[in-house]
Amino acid sequence: MASKFDEIMARRGEIMRRALGMDYSQFERSPIAFDYEAMMGDHGYSLAQIKEIQTKAGVGNTPLLELKNMTDLVRSISAPGMGARIFVKDEAANLAGAFKDRRASVSIHVAKEKGYEGVIAATSGNYGAAVSSQAARYGLKCIICQETFDSRHVGQPEIIEKSRICEAFGAEVIQMTVGPELFFHMVELLDQTGYFAASLYSSFGVSGIETLGLEVAGEMKALIGDYPTACVITHAGGGNTTGTARGLKCAGATGTQIVSASVDLSGLHMASDHDFNRKSFTTGHTGFGVPFATWPDRADVPRNAARPLRYIDRYLTVTQGEVFYVTEAMCKLEGLERGPAGNTAMTAAMSLARELPREATVVVQETEYTGAGKHHWAQLNFAREMGVEVRLGDPAENKPGTVIVIPERPEQIHANDFDLDRMRRSYIRNAVKAAPADYEPTEADIEFLAADTNTDSETAARLAHEAKEA
Amino acid sequence: MTEQIRCGVDDWVEVEGILLETADRSKNLPADTAAQPLRMWIKGFAQAEANVGEEMTVRTVTGRTVTGTLSAINPGYFHTFGKPIPELVHVGRDLRERLAAYRADGAGAGAAADEKAGA
Repeated sequence: MASKFDEIMARRGEIMRRALGMDYSQFERSPIAFDYEAMMGDHGYSLAQIKEIQTKAGVGNTPLLELKNMTDLVRSISAPGMGARIFVKDEAANLAGAFKDRRASVSIHVAKEKGYEGVIAATSGNYGAAVSSQAARYGLKCIICQETFDSRHVGQPEIIEKSRICEAFGAEVIQMTVGPELFFHMVELLDQTGYFAASLYSSFGVSGIETLGLEVAGEMKALIGDYPTACVITHAGGGNTTGTARGLKCAGATGTQIVSASVDLSGLHMASDHDFNRKSFTTGHTGFGVPFATWPDRADVPRNAARPLRYIDRYLTVTQGEVFYVTEAMCKLEGLERGPAGNTAMTAAMSLARELPREATVVVQETEYTGAGKHHWAQLNFAREMGVEVRLGDPAENKPGTVIVIPERPEQIHANDFDLDRMRRSYIRNAVKAAPADYEPTEADIEFLAADTNTDSETAARLAHEAKEA
Repeated sequence: MTEQIRCGVDDWVEVEGILLETADRSKNLPADTAAQPLRMWIKGFAQAEANVGEEMTVRTVTGRTVTGTLSAINPGYFHTFGKPIPELVHVGRDLRERLAAYRADGAGAGAAADEKAGA
């Protein structure tokens, strides 16, 4: 007999089609390829219109700040002539405290226009706060499905804070124990309520982030007369990277290097009840970053609008201890007390700026709100309670879930390059595997795979061939 | 203060329930997660009087009715910042000293000096 889980998942396509108000099948071109740009443009809003929606919603136009003290700190530990200028886009200034407001503002606007009574999202992060806040403004009902607790009913303080803020904005929060069936329950509720699926991965949400790239480009041009050398982006599901990069390119900043950054959580299982409370980070980590980049269509929409491999030039990883150290440094040197996960890119930017000449510029494109629970002290105190060792030392000795090593000196902060070719290979293998076994990729499929992994046709063809052989 | 154990009609409460028993869960789970049911907690307005631990129905803020076991009455939030982290308390002092030393050293013309020079 089919389980309740299997029954709902079997009807998932039909439920999601109604809940998204969009038929994704029109974009499919083959068992492998689909028309990405047609999907992204289907909502019909221009970037200027999205900007207008967001301005009315209290979202966007956040301050771009130069971090002169962080820059000098980097220069004090760099070779002569090195140490790029560091800037940050203070996204915590958005209505609900994070760049996720950009995503939610467009999704909720669409839900209202299409006449839905309410919205549902599955998220344990800032996106829940963003959806709840925008739903409150638009007068829509809101349900947030949240992975909150381990089986002992213990939750990370950062996630408990997210429950609180969603409820503060009048959302119904369903707090659950660990497991990917969070999405099963979301689909079940969409079926039951007829609400709109405010997916993180719809084209509405990802288009909403394009304004962030647009603002970074325009504000840097106005401030220093040029586009940034590099834009560093905290990377989880890939929407932040995708949207920001698209916005930068749309503004003409085609030479800006797109650098994604995640906290290294290798060794921890994302669906493990035991590991759940030993991550010390709820987002911006490799546990989302790698699987979603290498198989974006694992998301809750038929085709994910967040396709970061199209845009990433470099993918840097940093350790938990380094991010907590930099979060503390940002408070003390820049007067910016912000949430730790949002400082993942800042940590990578410190390392990157050391490699670049003084004339270069690095923009960190987000911060997030902080407060009780959602704070580096709260997360570290909780890690200790969970039996994770916290000590000073060389961050290279950091081991997720076992020991968090806080650097003793800023010189020890060093981001590591994640092998992008390995990610491309993995993505193409997943794409080929998702097609029927007897399906032979066509020339058009190869073109699609090359674009989707930002590589050339020969490489894509070779990797597709290898994947077929395997 | 003693914990309230009986709720009245329309009190703000939390109920607990099981969404999926272990047999109904996804087949794709690590062993530790697969051994546990998928549980949930949800808040709403009590539809009847009940004692903590008894089955009851709530009406949620979206107007749904959900039945579960009464787990808390007027549930609060008790997350904090906690104590300062001993491994981090010196960061501010150390980095401010470094910065001051770097700027005092003529060779290390920093961002502030760039600005003075009109760069």
